[in-house]
Amino acid sequence: MAILSKDDAKKILEKVVGFSKADGIEANLSGTDGGNIRYARNSVSTAGENSDVSLSVQTFFGKKSGGASINEFDDASLEKVVRRAEELAQLAPENPEFMGLLDPQTYGAEPKTFIDSTAKITPDYRAQAAANSIEPASKKDVTAAGFLEDSRGFSSVMNSKGMFAYNQSTSVDFTVTMRTNDGTGSGWVARNFNDVSKLNTAEASQIAIEKALQSRNAKAIEPGKYTVILEPNAASDLIGLMFQGFNARTADEGRSYMSKKGGGTKLGEKIVDERVHIYTDPWNEEVPIGNWAGGGGGGRFGGGGGGGQPRKKMDLIKDGVVSNLIYDRYWASQKNVESVPNPGNRIMVGGTASIEDMIKDTKKGVLVTRFWYIRAVDPQTLLYTGLTRDGTFYIENGKIKHPVKNFRFNESPLIMLNNLETLGKPMRVDGGGFGGGASLIPTMKIRDFTFSSLSDAV
Amino acid sequence: MKRRDFVQLTGLGIGGLMLPFPMMGNPVSAEALLEGSLTTAQKKVLADAALNTAKSLGATYTDVRIGRYLNQSVSTREKKVQGIQSSESFGVGIRVIANGTWGFASTNQVTTEGINKATTQAVAIAKANSKFQKEPVKLAAVPGYGEVVWNTPIQKNAFEIPVSEKVDLLLNANSEAMKNGANFVNSNLFQINEQKYFASTDGSYIDQDIHRIWPTFTVSVIDRTSGQFKSRDALSAPMGMGYEYMIPKSEDKLVTPFGMTLYRNSYDIVEDAIAAAKQAKEKLKAKSVEPGKYDLVLEPNHLGLTIHESVGHPLELDRILGYEANYAGTSFATLDKLKSGTFNYGSKMVNIIADKTQPNSLGAVGYDDEGVKSTRWDLIKEGIFVNVQAIRDQAHMVGAKESNGCCYSQSWSDVQFQRMPNVSLAPGKEPYSLTEMIKDVEKGIYIAGRGSYSIDQQRYNFQFGGQVFYEIKNGEIAGMLDDVAYQSNTQEFWNSCVKICDEKDYRLFGSFFDGKGQPSQSSAVSHGSSTTRFNGVNVINTARTI
Repeated sequence: MAILSKDDAKKILEKVVGFSKADGIEANLSGTDGGNIRYARNSVSTAGENSDVSLSVQTFFGKKSGGASINEFDDASLEKVVRRAEELAQLAPENPEFMGLLDPQTYGAEPKTFIDSTAKITPDYRAQAAANSIEPASKKDVTAAGFLEDSRGFSSVMNSKGMFAYNQSTSVDFTVTMRTNDGTGSGWVARNFNDVSKLNTAEASQIAIEKALQSRNAKAIEPGKYTVILEPNAASDLIGLMFQGFNARTADEGRSYMSKKGGGTKLGEKIVDERVHIYTDPWNEEVPIGNWAGGGGGGRFGGGGGGGQPRKKMDLIKDGVVSNLIYDRYWASQKNVESVPNPGNRIMVGGTASIEDMIKDTKKGVLVTRFWYIRAVDPQTLLYTGLTRDGTFYIENGKIKHPVKNFRFNESPLIMLNNLETLGKPMRVDGGGFGGGASLIPTMKIRDFTFSSLSDAV
Repeated sequence: MKRRDFVQLTGLGIGGLMLPFPMMGNPVSAEALLEGSLTTAQKKVLADAALNTAKSLGATYTDVRIGRYLNQSVSTREKKVQGIQSSESFGVGIRVIANGTWGFASTNQVTTEGINKATTQAVAIAKANSKFQKEPVKLAAVPGYGEVVWNTPIQKNAFEIPVSEKVDLLLNANSEAMKNGANFVNSNLFQINEQKYFASTDGSYIDQDIHRIWPTFTVSVIDRTSGQFKSRDALSAPMGMGYEYMIPKSEDKLVTPFGMTLYRNSYDIVEDAIAAAKQAKEKLKAKSVEPGKYDLVLEPNHLGLTIHESVGHPLELDRILGYEANYAGTSFATLDKLKSGTFNYGSKMVNIIADKTQPNSLGAVGYDDEGVKSTRWDLIKEGIFVNVQAIRDQAHMVGAKESNGCCYSQSWSDVQFQRMPNVSLAPGKEPYSLTEMIKDVEKGIYIAGRGSYSIDQQRYNFQFGGQVFYEIKNGEIAGMLDDVAYQSNTQEFWNSCVKICDEKDYRLFGSFFDGKGQPSQSSAVSHGSSTTRFNGVNVINTARTI
């Protein structure tokens, strides 16, 4: 029963809310069915499936709250979980940041987040998808290691003020690393969709195989400042980190790069190149996401984003200027502004140029397939360190000249987006910042990207 | 929230080693965590049902893990409690070999019916995947231990301590830090209890009760005029202990020659929060480091992470063999280097030991998650790379007859695989104190606490920061430094190790949420060492202007 329809979920939630004797109650009902297959050394290593549905309820007496959860759904169990949450709420300390329950909300149209073909993936499909990746590798003296994971699920929330929200979604995520058997070349590719019919593991694997073969016997070049072409996954990993600073409270408190000298935030200030335009839109066809935010973002019932807050299309950075910060309900009330929940996706407007076009236009530079092990060095300047991995190439006079050894970088996404040269075609990538969901991120050419040392890793 | 979503929220999805705290399982009351579960006899009946079903379906090997996993976290900031979360997860995972291939399935329906269904599913998955199997699974032999029990030897069960007592302790630490100049304090206490029952067709029925605890905080100070902010994290270590770790004992305190207090097997969170506030303020005025070569004096709660990344991970056999190629990576420490018996991983004084039995450590268990009795073995002996970390299905690939007993799963619902045991640097054999070490350094930096960390996918090139940095000039501490990170190469770094303090200085560092595998799983592991000196390491300055 992992996927409940909107009507079935509503019926259960109505019963739960009906059992409440507290001042207020909020109930969340969600479930997931998922499966995965993992392979390495050109052979399947592990595979599994999981299924789970759970109900969690939070009850309120004044500013005191208590929660409990259960995964049985007969009437007696539903009543039991409500009573248990009520007992706990009576014992809890008051939460001064509790904002009360949400009133009924208006949501836009239901985004197309659930695709039937993805929901119907079977173990045989996964095994064949892995085989389609392994076979071409073994023919080219290359070893494949990959992972495919799919899920279908639903989530719903209702409270005693009559607020109700429901969404169902599917997703499939595929990554593969191809390594040449002499150990000197490595290539990688990633694909993320909510519609599995768009996934072709053979086609994707071919790209990784080519990268592995082309990256053999990389040459060392001096670390330093280089023009780089970052493929969408590489770019997204750094840009995603920038969004952590979009929490208005942390910025107001003076402890993020988004804090202004002397107090306040950088909302309304230009922080990156004026061509940077990043927005969120639950109804985007490439990266649809539920039209309401789940809990989180500062504590669900305290400062929290609040389960059930509607998401809307909204700019994050426009013309290089910070357009919106995230305000949980508590902080919004303190600052007398409208609450802004975590967005579920991120879309960065790009251009039309392909990676090949961008290489042609580059006199001297480095093409980066992906980054690895990115960690914060200085939150004040948003400085991060990490390394290139699985396909790093030197570009000269519009052509890929030769593979290069991997680099360690020390760079800030803020500095990087101020050194923007060109934006290419956007692509859907997994994750990429706050709120979960996927992102649409372009390939980008950046000047003066700081590589600080060389790595022997392949 | 699924772990993956949690990791994505941090923006560190791709390199997600060192995971944030996952609240797995269902939220329950703190009291419910003390309630009993099935009896051992009931678990044995259920496990036997799975073993028999799997055999009748054609499995040649089966193991069953019935697990109850309890988590509790208490989070506060300044004067407020931000969250008290208690969760419980109960279920069973069944792993089989059929047609020479692994299959795994799990269920939270811990009944004969639920277990039979999951067992059938596990066998079906094994058979489906065997079509593409090129390397049939071979298991190293392990004795059947019969019915045995192992418990973490705790003195105080953290789950029995009233939540209000934990809240008061954290709020007191916050308050003291604020009185000493902190603008913000976030403090947390994480507690984990794994109640796991293992049974296999080898004839073992193993009942274990494992406890872990981690108090931690971040103190921040702000200079509004300049727009600068600095922070200092707790110098505690996550431990394989009960609440006794939270009760400070004078014999566990080590005071450095320049007045900084460090902790061994118990922790004084209030005292450390006060020190953190003072040090964070000092950081605002600290001198920015001049980049160049320095002799580094690395404190155990800092060095532990360097050991973890540059020795622990590269010697995981699944990485070496390529099983982690698509995620965590492979390793520079290849089998030919191991077989040569001459590979100089470090200088002659470097002895690194894997140990699943070390008291108070996060990795200590009686038996691993495939029924192998825990043990201790050399990884690097007098600088030479001599062994790796293997589990049952890998041992034959390195010509070993036995598993090293380092198989682990984070929960009943995830399949077990090779995870890092405690990996520690042996203390120096000659008496040698921190005071003596500092006196011997002309141009150096003392680094304490865990900071920024990053290493490549084969574990050559790394960069580490820390919590506090002190300049050493002509044998004396010359004041605090800021913007420090060091970069090196694993083999070069360990060969620059010239001095190790003696066992009186030995302490454990811990990593509570070490991530590996796809889907990613978290494990906890300790790394012991004494303060150690490395000569001529490249230090960079990390200050930037935006």
